[in-house]
Amino acid sequence: MDNLIPVLVAVPLLGAALLLCGGRRLDRVGHLLGTFLAFASFGVGLALFFSMLGRSVDQRPIHDHLFTWIPVNGFQAEVGFQLDQLSMTFVLLITGVGSLIHLYSIGYMAHDEKRRRFFGYLNLFLAAMLLLVLADNYLLLYVGWEGVGLASYLLIGFWQHKPSAATAAKKAFLVNRVGDVGLSIAVMLMFTTFGTFAFTPVFADASKATQATQATLTGIGLMLLLAACGKSAQVPLQSWLGDAMEGPTPVSALIHAATMVTAGVYLITRSSAIFNQAPTAQLATVVVGAVTLLFGAIVGCAKDDIKKALAGSTMSQIGYMVLAAGLGPIGYVFAIMHLVTHGFFKAGLFLGAGSVMHGMNDEVDMRKYGGLAKYMKWTTVTFGLGYLAIIGVPPFSGFYTKDKIIEAAFGHGGTEGWILGTCAVIGAAVTAFYMTRVMLMTFFGEKRWADDADGHQPHPHESPKIMVIPMVLLAVGSVAGGFLFNWNDSFVRWLSPVTGVAEGNPPLNPTVIQILTGVVLVLGVAVAWMMYGRRPVPATPPLGSLLTRAARRDLLQDDFNHVVLVSGGSHLTRFLVYLEGKGLDGLVNGIAALVGGTSGRVRKIQNGYVRSYALSMFGGALVLAVTTLLMRAVA
Amino acid sequence: MTGMTLAAAIPPIPAPHIEYLQLSPMLAVFGAALVGILAEAFVPRRHRYATQIGIALAGLAASFGLILYLALDGYAGSKADLAAMGAVAVDGPSLFLQGVITLVAVVAVLQFAERRLEPRSSTGAPVDSFAPEGAAVPGSDAEKRAATSGHATTEVYPLTMFAVGGMLLFPAASDLLTMFVALEVFSLPLYLLCALARRRRLLSQEAAVKYFLLGAFSSAFFLFGLALVYGYAGSVQLGQIARVVEGQATVTPALANTTGNDALLLIGLAMLGVGLLFKVGAVPFHMWTPDVYQGAPTPVTGFMAAATKVAAFGALLRLLYVAFPGIAWDWRPVLWGVAILTMVAGAIIAVTQTDVKRLLAYSSVAHAGFILTGVIALDRAGLGAVLFYLAAYSFVTLGAFAVVTLVRDADGEATHLSRWAGLGRRSPLLAAVFALFLLAFAGIPLTSGFTGKFAVFQAAAGSGATALVIVGVLSSAVAAFFYIRVIVLMFFSDPRADGPTVAVPSALTGTAIALGAVVTVALGVAPEYFLHLANQASLFVR
Repeated sequence: MDNLIPVLVAVPLLGAALLLCGGRRLDRVGHLLGTFLAFASFGVGLALFFSMLGRSVDQRPIHDHLFTWIPVNGFQAEVGFQLDQLSMTFVLLITGVGSLIHLYSIGYMAHDEKRRRFFGYLNLFLAAMLLLVLADNYLLLYVGWEGVGLASYLLIGFWQHKPSAATAAKKAFLVNRVGDVGLSIAVMLMFTTFGTFAFTPVFADASKATQATQATLTGIGLMLLLAACGKSAQVPLQSWLGDAMEGPTPVSALIHAATMVTAGVYLITRSSAIFNQAPTAQLATVVVGAVTLLFGAIVGCAKDDIKKALAGSTMSQIGYMVLAAGLGPIGYVFAIMHLVTHGFFKAGLFLGAGSVMHGMNDEVDMRKYGGLAKYMKWTTVTFGLGYLAIIGVPPFSGFYTKDKIIEAAFGHGGTEGWILGTCAVIGAAVTAFYMTRVMLMTFFGEKRWADDADGHQPHPHESPKIMVIPMVLLAVGSVAGGFLFNWNDSFVRWLSPVTGVAEGNPPLNPTVIQILTGVVLVLGVAVAWMMYGRRPVPATPPLGSLLTRAARRDLLQDDFNHVVLVSGGSHLTRFLVYLEGKGLDGLVNGIAALVGGTSGRVRKIQNGYVRSYALSMFGGALVLAVTTLLMRAVA
Repeated sequence: MTGMTLAAAIPPIPAPHIEYLQLSPMLAVFGAALVGILAEAFVPRRHRYATQIGIALAGLAASFGLILYLALDGYAGSKADLAAMGAVAVDGPSLFLQGVITLVAVVAVLQFAERRLEPRSSTGAPVDSFAPEGAAVPGSDAEKRAATSGHATTEVYPLTMFAVGGMLLFPAASDLLTMFVALEVFSLPLYLLCALARRRRLLSQEAAVKYFLLGAFSSAFFLFGLALVYGYAGSVQLGQIARVVEGQATVTPALANTTGNDALLLIGLAMLGVGLLFKVGAVPFHMWTPDVYQGAPTPVTGFMAAATKVAAFGALLRLLYVAFPGIAWDWRPVLWGVAILTMVAGAIIAVTQTDVKRLLAYSSVAHAGFILTGVIALDRAGLGAVLFYLAAYSFVTLGAFAVVTLVRDADGEATHLSRWAGLGRRSPLLAAVFALFLLAFAGIPLTSGFTGKFAVFQAAAGSGATALVIVGVLSSAVAAFFYIRVIVLMFFSDPRADGPTVAVPSALTGTAIALGAVVTVALGVAPEYFLHLANQASLFVR
């Protein structure tokens, strides 16, 4: 049973290999094969899950050492898997939600001529992500990490005939490289400090940290955080996420719900033993989380593109998780819990958005939607359930998981706790506002439909069953997930043996916090209703306030990157080119000219006459004798 | 009656005790040389070629076998001792270098025997690269007659055997007189061999005369130095000189006036140094190398460049490590200067060379400088490194000159570099092999050149000569320029329409080139065994 772990990774990897190398022969069945293998992997995951449930708590984590990858004296790189409750959770989320997205894609990509390749990439994505969460050491994790980066690049740029898609893929890849550098530095630091990459010894050594290694641990923690920022689109490495919407919508669902952005949260939670010993790194983590949750929420408010509004929301929700993970043992469990429920409702929301686009000639501008509830009933209901879950209406899943994070933020204690808690509450209010806005602009109000570029009128219709079924299943998860996880603290008891758990110390009564959150939720919804429900939505966006305009431009993230990094970088490059041309080249050419010139002059001594050769020998002998004598005289 | 008193006054001279077994490698080669002379006199002309090659190879094989036997029997280690009344040292370095020299000589004899490159004579007899009749005046009727009748100078094989014998003795010589005799024994045949080119005979003869004159000049220095050192130490035996230098031994009262006079010692050492530095081709005693390398028949150049360097460095090592370590403070700074000058001048002058053979000559000068850095280390690491370097370098050199013999046009070898443009397009294999040798000269990793250079620089740095290593590395960088320039020329220029053709050699030259390439790669990829061997051999007996 336990040696099924490699099969988990191997099955989708095999799918990727078959679909990408199989050629045209597989065009007709490729999508079915890919989806089947994703579900097969999910099945294996379920089997392992039940096998794990059957064991007592301390017997649950299992290891499977496959082979030694690089056997060098003093440098052992192993390929081994570790399946504990944390990785199990991720395995089920990745394969479960991933499989549903595969299923949905059968409908969504039905008419795409590169469908087989698309499913190959999807399988590759699953395999890389599974490798990431199953690795039992950081080096193998790094392999999965890079695999995820590659797969996301391929999928975001899937429609590479569109320059915007190609650019977006490149942007995602480059920004992720920055994070990857962080991870590689962290791994190297880890090796020099602990002499190994494997989780178990590293964490054992980290937890009995001395004063001397404290600084190193802080360094490792900060580098891991940098890595997490890259993959999880946290400030300051958030800029790729919005552009990544250029990929097909199932890709967005996959990236935002089941894979990729969750990798950062996984990394931090997995490295809890390191972060627990590095308070500075934890502080940095909560700051990043709090800033990002507000940043994403504000961006989400101003976007008219339905997918970009959802992307802002993802950024914000992942911000909650990073915040929770940065809080230490009082937050880890809730970070992962929110991650799982978010996986359900965000996948549902994206699939819903895709369904809307499917019916509206791929239009993404919400100002050109309106009144779609009548035409797309299933989509409206499933999207609506996801909406209720994300804004945290009781008893939908977001209510349970987000509230826990807000409580934990207050529970951090002291001024920091107040600041973090307040940020989280404000974030909840803004979330309620922008999600209500999306809901109202898309499904309610009067029709603002417009012809597409080719002059076709939109004929909104419900999507085929194969797309609706995954949406329904995900909606079920969005509705029930939080309640089930909270039932009898089941999720906390499940995960705490891995991450540890601690009681926070909130300055307010939890009930007060819940009421407060409920009040701001109603407030957010009400404001949105006033602005977009009661008044007609203009088809062209009004100028808006300074903040709105900034938020439309993603709070000037690209302008900032352009001014500071791009033009700064190109100025540096120009300076270095100048230096290279005038300085180094001059030096090099000068030396070459000097050598050549000297050579040309010196070779004239070689004139062919024996008499001058003999003279030079005589002179040499004289010099040799005199200097030998001089050496004695000097000494 | 007078005889009676004389006999009483002078103690009887003891019969010298000769250890024939220890000397047998040299005796085998000298024996082959003498048999070769007899063959030259008695064997009919048409059978001489095969007979001479047979004799030479048999002699060399026997010699190599005996060297192996001696080495395996412990004469490189525990049984190492002086032989022939202290005149010859049979020890690790001797046997190692003798082994290298015999192998080099085998490869050289194979190249000497190559007869497929030159067009056949009018009688249809295949000819080699040596003059049909050495004594005939160039361009004379006698020469033409000899050429048309397909004569060959088969004397080159006995001459080579004499040279090899001298070279075997040179690094083993344990007293200065033996060393001088060995020097002359191997030099004189080389002068003759240099004069025997079939093509461009005037250039060849000019080179030989220059080599002879300057060689005689340097031998005079050596002899003068020998006399001065004898004046200081009262002995020509290296071990005895060392003991006197270190104050452990007293000298004969008859020489009381001169012994202990440091000026004699220092000037004597400098003069001995001139003689040996001339043979290794160190600046400023290198002037003969380009002219002689260019003028001599190319197989001879290859032999000379490889074997002479091995033998001469062997002798230099023995002289400095056995006789004069006690005054290292005096000679080391001077040798520093010579090494730096040699590396820098060799590398810089090579940059503007336009002839392949002259380029390789200057490259050999630069390499002499690199080897000197290892000599200066004056410890076991330095000795082992130099031994390894010599073995590695000699095979690269042989291979490189063997390739030069193959690139030909109507006038014989096309040695001007411009003629080599685009060679890589037309003969990729040959150009690739030559590129391998050039990379080895430049000291690029995975070739023997890198390992050797690394070893000598490491030894030099280990003995504190960091500055020397820095100069060495910088010179290597300059040297890399002209080696790689040739590679670029061969592979990245367009071939010329009237370019040279690449002759298809017989198995003889083919074997020589292949052996050079195999050793170059083997000593670069898996040098451990040979480094170990060189280090094990690196102990002189005194």
